[in-house]
Amino acid sequence: MTPESSALAVRGLTKCFERPAVDGLDLVVRAGEFYALVGPNGAGKTTTLRMVAGLLKPDAGDIAIFGIDALDDPIAAKQVMAWVSDEPMIYDKLTPLEYLEFVSGLWGVDPASSGHTARELLVSLGLEPHLHERCEGFSKGMRQKVALAGALVHDPQLIILDEPLTGLDAVSARHVKGLLAERVRRGGTVIMTTHILEVAERMADRIGVIAAGRIVAEGTLAELRQQNGRTDTSLEELFIALVDVESAA
Amino acid sequence: MTRAATLAWFARHELRLAWREWLSMITAGRRRRTRAAIIGLALFGAIMHLPAWAVVGRYADLQPPLDKTALIVITATIMLSWALMLSQAIESVTRVFYARADLDLIMSSPVRLAEIFSVRIAAIALSVTSMALLLATPFVDVLLIEGGARWLAAFVVVAAVGLSAAATAIAITIVLFRLIGPARTRLVAQILAAVIGAGFVIMLQIAAIVSYGTLSRFAVLTSDAAAAIAPDPDSLVWLPARAALGDPQALLILLAAGLLLLGIVMMVFSPRFADTAISAAAQGVSSRAGAQIRSFRGGSRQQALRRKEFMLLRRDPWLISQTLMQLLYLVPPALLLWRSYSDTSQAVILITPVIVMAAGQLAGGLAWLTISGEDAPELVATAPLPAARIVRAKIEVVLITIAVIFAPLVLALAWVAPWQALATTAAVLIATISSTAIQLWFRIQARRSQFRRRQTSSRLATFAEAFSSIGWAATAALAIALPEAAVICGLMTAGLLFAAWKLSPARS
Repeated sequence: MTPESSALAVRGLTKCFERPAVDGLDLVVRAGEFYALVGPNGAGKTTTLRMVAGLLKPDAGDIAIFGIDALDDPIAAKQVMAWVSDEPMIYDKLTPLEYLEFVSGLWGVDPASSGHTARELLVSLGLEPHLHERCEGFSKGMRQKVALAGALVHDPQLIILDEPLTGLDAVSARHVKGLLAERVRRGGTVIMTTHILEVAERMADRIGVIAAGRIVAEGTLAELRQQNGRTDTSLEELFIALVDVESAA
Repeated sequence: MTRAATLAWFARHELRLAWREWLSMITAGRRRRTRAAIIGLALFGAIMHLPAWAVVGRYADLQPPLDKTALIVITATIMLSWALMLSQAIESVTRVFYARADLDLIMSSPVRLAEIFSVRIAAIALSVTSMALLLATPFVDVLLIEGGARWLAAFVVVAAVGLSAAATAIAITIVLFRLIGPARTRLVAQILAAVIGAGFVIMLQIAAIVSYGTLSRFAVLTSDAAAAIAPDPDSLVWLPARAALGDPQALLILLAAGLLLLGIVMMVFSPRFADTAISAAAQGVSSRAGAQIRSFRGGSRQQALRRKEFMLLRRDPWLISQTLMQLLYLVPPALLLWRSYSDTSQAVILITPVIVMAAGQLAGGLAWLTISGEDAPELVATAPLPAARIVRAKIEVVLITIAVIFAPLVLALAWVAPWQALATTAAVLIATISSTAIQLWFRIQARRSQFRRRQTSSRLATFAEAFSSIGWAATAALAIALPEAAVICGLMTAGLLFAAWKLSPARS
């Protein structure tokens, strides 16, 4: 696969804090793919994605986003992607519409079209009754939806989400999953970390299992089963087996 | 556990919380700093005895019966203390309503809520009074040393005034809740807290300027006109002053009145305290029903950033109250300026340092909010524009805001004294840039809601910002009156800025 045909190509990515958090990680995500990154706590999922999003500087390695070298030209790379963290960071004193207007402005989106898109997004996420309320009284789920709408309003080609379903109720989680699936159907690429293996199993085209800062297994669910010689097992059992092997090593 | 034991236990719990909140405020939440903070505080208290001696030392020999002028000065001082304590108490009450996270726990526990909240009200009163006693100690100490043990009565007066201020603050806040709702109460209470204390001094200054053309608030208090309209020395109005001088009857009445007021407030408001606190915790900003969906505004990415910053600044209650206070402090010099149109008085020179000082301090607050107080740092960091441009847009917001606030005053000054206006403009600009630079050098990642405690996060930045504003204010005043000295003062202030930069995390 050429770097241009991949949404994300990471090679030899390394980041050390007191110990290696990400240890020479290689990862390729195809354009138009829903990729789930799963792994135990402290495996390096968030650190990897924060480096991809430009929030952390890697100690070593290369990151290419749609063929753009994200370390050489971070502005061009950021233009085509969006980042949603597990802790939604929005402005308490802005309304959802004002927040989306700000995000559109930051990404330089045509205001005529983004206004319409923003309203549609917020309505589709069930926030219509709250369009003109300031976010300060919002629940965690509502805040997460506003942050997600902010990530989608500039129509990014690649969306990176770190545990986006944490703290969401079943209805909100379903809304979010539906929106992400729709995004992928329309050709977008989604990379998501999650602890909810059932979500990864049901939504992802491919799953990467990360442990101790490295990808230890990768592929579709069927491929993962095949690789591990367990043809009729759940992702949860596979995951435990893979992580156990890695920690024993 | 008996009811009395439960209440005593809850009182201890409340006092421990109040103590830890206070400790956290002075140590910026770092427990390892506790010892250093207490030593620093003790040193500060010791040093405060010097200005206290300068201010109240001459009154230590006062003996009853007092003349009207002395009674007016003492009563005004007690009223000013009461206003300051009221301001502090409103702030404390608001914090208890909005920031305490233990409401669900208390409400779900098998205790009588009215009694528990009575204890909470008493704890607020006690913490406000303790703070007032702490601040009053250097002044009363000086009176004790110079004038004898009879001045111990002043401590009781401070306690009585503290109790009544706390009771009034609780009543005001709960009545505001009923009248205007929890969301607006927060804003109004913060503004009230900011302006009440300053308002008293400013009113005296305004009266002094209008009547005597001077900024001295004592001019009004010690004037013949004030003495002429003041009640007779045996009037009840002078009860606090007589109590402060050690009159046992007056002292008892004042203390009883403070306790009675607090008792009434506890009785009337503690049953409503729970409802009020629940409303505050559950507050949501009401929707503007039927608000028009307007199209998004265009412009560059920096414009989007600036628009967002301006919008957030406009909606920041702490900033509004602080700005309002700064503007209130500018009212007396503005009035002095207005009087100077028909006057050749040199007093107009005083305006320059006041403006420069206010601009420097306000710029520091604005810069902290825009640069450090970014609530969505990851969103901004992942946006496709260079970090330098983000910082530039934020600095532009600070400069534009300062220009909008101070330009009218400088323009008015230019009408009276063009050269002074030019020096003031330059100094405002330098003070603003200095405060902004300090905030840049000492930037930290924080939430906007931490603005009130920004001073505790870096003492060095706080002192550098304060001394830079004072330094540039002094330099500007000297530039008009004594240019040679201004060069030295300017160099010293620049040296201080250089030292701050050398010590800043930005350089390391």
